[in-house]
Amino acid sequence: MPRVAAPVAPIHGVESDAKLAFVEFLLTSIDLQESARRAVDWLVAHAPVTEAAVLVSEAMSNDMLLVAEHGISSGAIMDFALNREDGSHPLILALRSAEPVYIDSIAPHHRVPVEAESFHVIPLRADASEAGQGILLVAGLGPVIDSETIWLGRTLGKQVSRLLGRQLLAETRFGQERMLLYSIINAVTDPILLTDTEGKLIIANTHAEKLFAAPEEASEGWRRAAALNNMLFSAALSTSAVGMTELARRELLLVDPLEGSDLLFELLSSRAKDERQGTYVVSILRNVTDLARAKEEIEESYRTLRIAQAEVRDERHRLDLIIDSVADPILVTDQEGDIVLMNTPAERLFNAPGVEDEGTLRRVRATGANLTSFVSNVLTRSGEQRYRGEIQLADPLNGRPLPVEAVAGTILSEQGELMWVVTILHDLTEAIEKARLYEQLKQASVELERKVQEATAELAEQNELLRRQHIELEQASALKSQFLANMSHEFRTPLNAILGYTHMLLNNVTGQVTDPQRKSLTRIDSNSRHLLALINDILDITRIEAGRMPLNATSFGIGELFDEVLAELEPIIKRSNLAVTTKVRGQVPTLRSDRQKVKQVVLNLLSNALKFTPAGSVTMTASYDAKAKQVAIAVKDTGVGIPAEDHAKVFEDFRQLDSSPARGYGGTGLGLSICRRLANILGGSIELDSTPGKGSTFILRLPAKARRR
Amino acid sequence: MSATRIREQPLVLVVEDYQDAREMYAAYLQFSGFEVAEAGNGIEAIEKTLELLPDIVLMDLALPRMDGWEATRRLKNDERTRHIPIVALTGHALAGHAEGAREAGCDAFVTKPCLPDALVAEIKRLLEQHRGKSDNEQDSGRAPKASKKRS
Repeated sequence: MPRVAAPVAPIHGVESDAKLAFVEFLLTSIDLQESARRAVDWLVAHAPVTEAAVLVSEAMSNDMLLVAEHGISSGAIMDFALNREDGSHPLILALRSAEPVYIDSIAPHHRVPVEAESFHVIPLRADASEAGQGILLVAGLGPVIDSETIWLGRTLGKQVSRLLGRQLLAETRFGQERMLLYSIINAVTDPILLTDTEGKLIIANTHAEKLFAAPEEASEGWRRAAALNNMLFSAALSTSAVGMTELARRELLLVDPLEGSDLLFELLSSRAKDERQGTYVVSILRNVTDLARAKEEIEESYRTLRIAQAEVRDERHRLDLIIDSVADPILVTDQEGDIVLMNTPAERLFNAPGVEDEGTLRRVRATGANLTSFVSNVLTRSGEQRYRGEIQLADPLNGRPLPVEAVAGTILSEQGELMWVVTILHDLTEAIEKARLYEQLKQASVELERKVQEATAELAEQNELLRRQHIELEQASALKSQFLANMSHEFRTPLNAILGYTHMLLNNVTGQVTDPQRKSLTRIDSNSRHLLALINDILDITRIEAGRMPLNATSFGIGELFDEVLAELEPIIKRSNLAVTTKVRGQVPTLRSDRQKVKQVVLNLLSNALKFTPAGSVTMTASYDAKAKQVAIAVKDTGVGIPAEDHAKVFEDFRQLDSSPARGYGGTGLGLSICRRLANILGGSIELDSTPGKGSTFILRLPAKARRR
Repeated sequence: MSATRIREQPLVLVVEDYQDAREMYAAYLQFSGFEVAEAGNGIEAIEKTLELLPDIVLMDLALPRMDGWEATRRLKNDERTRHIPIVALTGHALAGHAEGAREAGCDAFVTKPCLPDALVAEIKRLLEQHRGKSDNEQDSGRAPKASKKRS
C-alpha cells in the first residue's frame, strides 16, 4: 500500500482524539486504498500488531485484492491470490462469519499473506446482515482480540462498504500494483523520495521517512532533525533542479535523526513527467558517509606518505652529506659483496674516478679485491655484530702502501637476514707512525727517568754528604770559636805577666834601669800591647762570627757620644797636632741603638783618621736623613787617602798600609773589618769616599732605631 | 777587723793560680806600699781570708779546685768576711763574666791584662770608698749586708 507522505506535524492528543481524527479522515476520503492504509497505520500505532493486511473483493471478479498491509513482505504480496469462490479457504469462510475469526493454524495449501502461525481475521462489512466486502488480517494480538481492533474493524468495514460501490475496482487493482511497487521501493536500502519541483514530498520509502518524517511519538530532537533534513533537501533540490533535465548528482549533508550524527549522501535526482499530475522529481540518496570517511583517510594516508617520502629524501640527502663529509672511506655492500653505497673518500680508493692510468686501475682492482675478501670474512661470521680487521691497501693514485683499520657492522632486516655490511676504513699510516714515535718517546722517557733517578740519588747522596759536612762545619766553627775564645784567654795570662813585669821594670820597681834598657823595655811594652790589641780584635771578630754579640739597645744623644770619644782619645789627639772638630748638622734625633758598639765604631774610625793624617784636620759630622730614618756619622780627614782600587780591601781582615806599631797606637789591621761587622749588626753600613793625597771620609749610616735581630 | 786597724799598711790578699802574675802583682803591691798575702786557689783563698781578714781581696775568677765566683759567694755569705771588698780579675772579656762576678758579690771587676799601676789605682779607689762606708757602718753601730750596699 503506497503511503502518502503524512504532514510532518505529529498528531497529539488522547486516544479519543486520535479516533476522532481518524474517523474524520475516513469521512472526507474517497480513496479506498488510502483509507485502508490509514486504518492499518492506526492499528499499528494502537495495538501490538506484528502483521496486518486489508483484503477487499472486487464485485465483478470475486478476486480478493490486498490494499493495505503492515509487515508483509513484497514476495508475499506478489504471490498472494484469493478468490471468493474458494469456499474452503479459511479467509473466505471468515468473510462470511459474523464475528472475527481466530486462526491458530492453517493448512499449507491455503495461502495467506501473513507469515505468523496464528492471526485474527476480521470481516469488513457495513452491518452484520450483509456479507463481508473484505477482511482485515491482524497478527500479534494473541488469541483474544482487543476492543480497539474490533472498533477499527467495524469502522473500516463501514468505510469499505461505503467506498466499494463508488470506486472502480480497476483502480484498486492498480493500487495493488502501486503497493507492490512501493514495497519494492521500500526494499531498497537507499532513501528514495518523490517530490514536486519545489521539494515537497509526495512519496518516500521507509528509509527516506526515517530521515524526513518524524512519527507522532518522536522526540523533540527527532522532529527537529527531520524538519532540518527537509529544509536541507529542499534547498539542495531547488538550487540545482531549475533547468535540469538529466540526472543530477550532488552531495547532501543530512542529520541522522536518531543518532544526531552527520550523514553524507550523494543525491541523485531526476525528473519524471506525468501527463496528469505535472513534473516530479525522483531523488535517491546514497549514503556515502563511510565512503567520504574512507576517502579522507586515504587522502590523509597519501599525504602522510608524501611527507614521509620527502623526509626520507631529505634524510637520504643529509646522510649522503654526512657520509661524504667523513674523511674515512665508508662503504656499504650487499650480501653479495657488491658495493651499493660509498662516500667520496671511498670512491677515491675503489673507483679512482676520472683516472685512466693502467697502474691506478690495477691498484683499484687490487683494493677492491682486498675489500671483497674482508667483507666475505664478515659475511661468514654472521653471528657477530661488529668485525674489526686490518687491511693492507695501496693508494691507487701513487701506489703508496696504505695500511687501514677496517671496522664493519652488519645491518639485518627485521626478519634477521643480513642485508648490508657497512665498512669504515681508517688510515693507520699516521697511527703507526705515532705509535713508533710514541715508542721512541717512551724509551727516551724511560731513559730520562732513569737518568733523573740516578741524578736524584746522587744529589740525595751529595745532599746527605753536605748535610753531614754542614753539621761538621757547624761543630768545627763552634769549636773554632770556643778555641779562639779560650786561646785569647790563654794568650792574655802570659801577656799579662809580660806587660806587668815590663811595667814594673820601667817603673824602677826593681831598681833604676839605664836609658838603653829603658828603650828596649819600651819596645817590649809596645809590642806586647800590640799583641794584646790583636788578641782583643780577634776575640771581637770571633764573638761576632759566633753570633755571641747580643744587641743591647739604649737611647743616647750623638753629641754626648762624640764628647766621650774625644775624651777617650784626647792623649792621641793632643800628640797628633791635628785640628779635630765635631758637628751635629740639623736636628739629629736621639739614637736607639747599642751605644757601646756605636762608640766602638766611631772610636775606631776617629783613631784611624788620626793615625793616617800627618797634618791638617779631622772632622766628625752627624746628620739625619728623615726620609730613610738614618743617622749618618761622617769622619773626614785630610790624610794620605786610599786609592780607589783599595776601597774594598780596607774592610778586609788584616789590611793595613803599614802594620807596624811604631806610631805609638798599635793598629791591628782588623779595625775596619770589625767596624763593618758591627755596623751590619746594628742594621747599618760603612761607606768610604777617598782620594789619595787629599784625605778620606768614612760614613757610618745607622737606623735611628735599631731593629732587633 | 781589729787586725786591720792595728796594721799600718792595708793587707791585700792576691788570689791567682798563675804564679808569675800572682808574684808580679804581689811585688808591685808591696812596691806600692801594701802588705800582701797570696793564695793559689779558691779554697786557699777562703782559708787565708778567714785567717788573715785582709782589707781587700784581689780574686782571679778562673781558679783550680774552687773557682773565684764560688769563693766570692762564700766569703760574701760569711758574717766574718762579708765586709771585705773583693776585686774580681778575669782574662775573659766575654759578656756575662762581669755580671757573674757582680752576682757572686764582687765589688769591682778588672779585666786582664791589667797593668800593675792600674790595678793598684783600682784597689786604692775601692779601699778609699770602702773606708768611708766602714766608718759609717761603725758609727751606726751595725754592719748591713754588703751585697745590698753594692747593688
